[in-house]
Amino acid sequence: MSPTDGKGDQDVVVPGETDGSSRLPDHAHEGKGAIHVVHLYPREMSIYGDLGNTRTLAARIRRHGYSPVVHQHHPGGRFPEQAHLVLGGGGQDSGQVRVEADLEHISDRLRALARSGAPMLMICGMYQLFGNAFITVDGTRLPGLGILDVTTHGNAKRMIGPVVLTTELGDVVGYENHSGSTTLGAGQAPFGTVRAGFGNNGTDRTEGARTANVIGSYLHGPILPANPAIADHLIGLAAELATGRPFEPELLDDAIAHEARNRQVRRLVRR
Amino acid sequence: MLRTTAAVVAGKAARAASRLRGGGSALPGLVAERVDPGFLAHALADVPGGIVVVSGTNGKTTTTKMLVAVLRAHGRSVFTNPTGSNFTRGVISSMLGELPLRGRLSADLAVLELDEAHALKFAAGVRPTHALLLNVARDQLDRFAEIDHTARLLATLGEQTTTGVVLNLDDSFVSRIRDRVAPGVVVRYFGVDASIADRLPELQEQDVRFDDDFTPPVAGPDDGLLRPLDDRTFEVLFGQDGSAKVGPVELRQRGLAAMINATAAVSMARMLMADAFDPALAADALEAVTPPFGRGEVVLVDGQPLELVLVKNPAGFTVALATYGSTPVATMIAINDNYADGRDVSWLYDVSFESLRERGVALTSGVRAYDMALRLDYDDVPVGRVETELDRALDDFLRDHPSEPKRIFCTYTAMMALRRTLAARYDLPDIGEEAS
Repeated sequence: MSPTDGKGDQDVVVPGETDGSSRLPDHAHEGKGAIHVVHLYPREMSIYGDLGNTRTLAARIRRHGYSPVVHQHHPGGRFPEQAHLVLGGGGQDSGQVRVEADLEHISDRLRALARSGAPMLMICGMYQLFGNAFITVDGTRLPGLGILDVTTHGNAKRMIGPVVLTTELGDVVGYENHSGSTTLGAGQAPFGTVRAGFGNNGTDRTEGARTANVIGSYLHGPILPANPAIADHLIGLAAELATGRPFEPELLDDAIAHEARNRQVRRLVRR
Repeated sequence: MLRTTAAVVAGKAARAASRLRGGGSALPGLVAERVDPGFLAHALADVPGGIVVVSGTNGKTTTTKMLVAVLRAHGRSVFTNPTGSNFTRGVISSMLGELPLRGRLSADLAVLELDEAHALKFAAGVRPTHALLLNVARDQLDRFAEIDHTARLLATLGEQTTTGVVLNLDDSFVSRIRDRVAPGVVVRYFGVDASIADRLPELQEQDVRFDDDFTPPVAGPDDGLLRPLDDRTFEVLFGQDGSAKVGPVELRQRGLAAMINATAAVSMARMLMADAFDPALAADALEAVTPPFGRGEVVLVDGQPLELVLVKNPAGFTVALATYGSTPVATMIAINDNYADGRDVSWLYDVSFESLRERGVALTSGVRAYDMALRLDYDDVPVGRVETELDRALDDFLRDHPSEPKRIFCTYTAMMALRRTLAARYDLPDIGEEAS
């Protein structure tokens, strides 16, 4: 399937997103430029509202005056030729099993994109798969992509609840729901520091991982509408990659998102 | 025996006390359960016609109410838990009102609405004779964590049922339970007729395990299929040519979800009643069922209808929007994130709100009012105001829209709070004491 084919048979509906957003706009309508967004495995790996991240990116790319082209990559499908921003979400075990072979198949492409500076946001299950390995409760080692230097151990106990982080992009709120316990490699930077919630493992107060422009995190919520600074950070990097020019943002009114986030911070962080 | 009598007395006392305080329905059950862990098994020992458990994510309360109505229309005495308090303790609590002190219930049948986790706990004490398994959808992920897990809970309940199960033909999480029931247990299905099969995706979760070798069942002569005639009227078809049917039935509740619930209830009633099943009695009984509180319940406020619609997961909210989308009215949405609501609001991003775009939403309210407003913003739905305080939001909503119909979509605890306020001012039945 070429990127201009439009909606594929297997594509899932991104709530609120129009049908045409998978089509390449003609030059007269692409505004400041077309930004190609790839959502990995939306069908198998986007169970906790993570499609909201895709919807938010598409909407904000438009509001900043660019044109989003939203691709859905499915197991067995051809990875889009153009990819300026890559997204992945959380899934259940059955979903994870379904994508492993394909992820192996496209792993060189993803590693090359990461090296070239393409921004990526991997949530929960896909965050784990972007790490070195997942060690199951019975000791089986399932290898990951190794783009992030993290290792996850299966756990009997689930870490569930609302989260507040301090990150380089400001306060971040979200909701975690994972049984994997993740440890960072020696030189691996976390995505944020936990102020409320469990984070990677419930003990070292780290949450997620960040290497160059690749962010891994356990946070649902979904994370991008609740924290527009992260969305714009990703969009800015993608815009530069897509156009070869610096990001030219519009001034967006995020008062409601800020109010929602500040209320969560006030509720959850004990001072 | 003495122990059970003590449990009944203690439970009844707690029930009276909690009624005086106007309190919750689970406390007395908790007291009785503490005193006698075998309480349920003992109390249900003399119920001859069957112990029926209704479970699944969406539609339990409505379906249970419909099933009970159809059975009672056939002259059967039925014990049920009408409070929507669908945990084991809630069952015991409602039982205490009807129990003689020796602790055994006298009824022909028991029909109990139980959520997936508590249905198993119940089955550990009392094996159900029949199970009506509705659907599996994402709901309160805090509690059940994952859909696959929920599906496993329902399958285990199916395994423990001793006589007959009725399964959702169109939900492969549920229909595959046919392979799990004990030998000799009768399996029947309810589902939708081919004429509306295209509407199924809006109603249920996708099963992503599409690469396994599961072949979905095909409807047989004793399986009920829904054929809607219009927004509120439908038939339930039985038999290869649909010759045996129930209906046309016109429900008091609108929408496809209520019709599917009725189809499930009729299919189970037909299994329980066997030759005594009377389609005309069933149709009349269904037509008389009033919507349970919060499931499309209508309160008259100064001569104008105010509809309260409970929303608790993506499938439910999507169905609610589709059901009410044909008649846009002044709308408020109230989202709380307490335990009973589901503490994660991520699911709001799995619902499309485009149908509200033209008319807009007058107010968002509840603890997560700003998150709801943000969600609507990304679907370009205009929001009049954000007011986290529920009572203040309700006052503003009623004041700003005095002479037109109104609708409030709300999560569970938001609905309980709004309903309490409305009950103090207008005429509406107390929760759990509605006529049944």
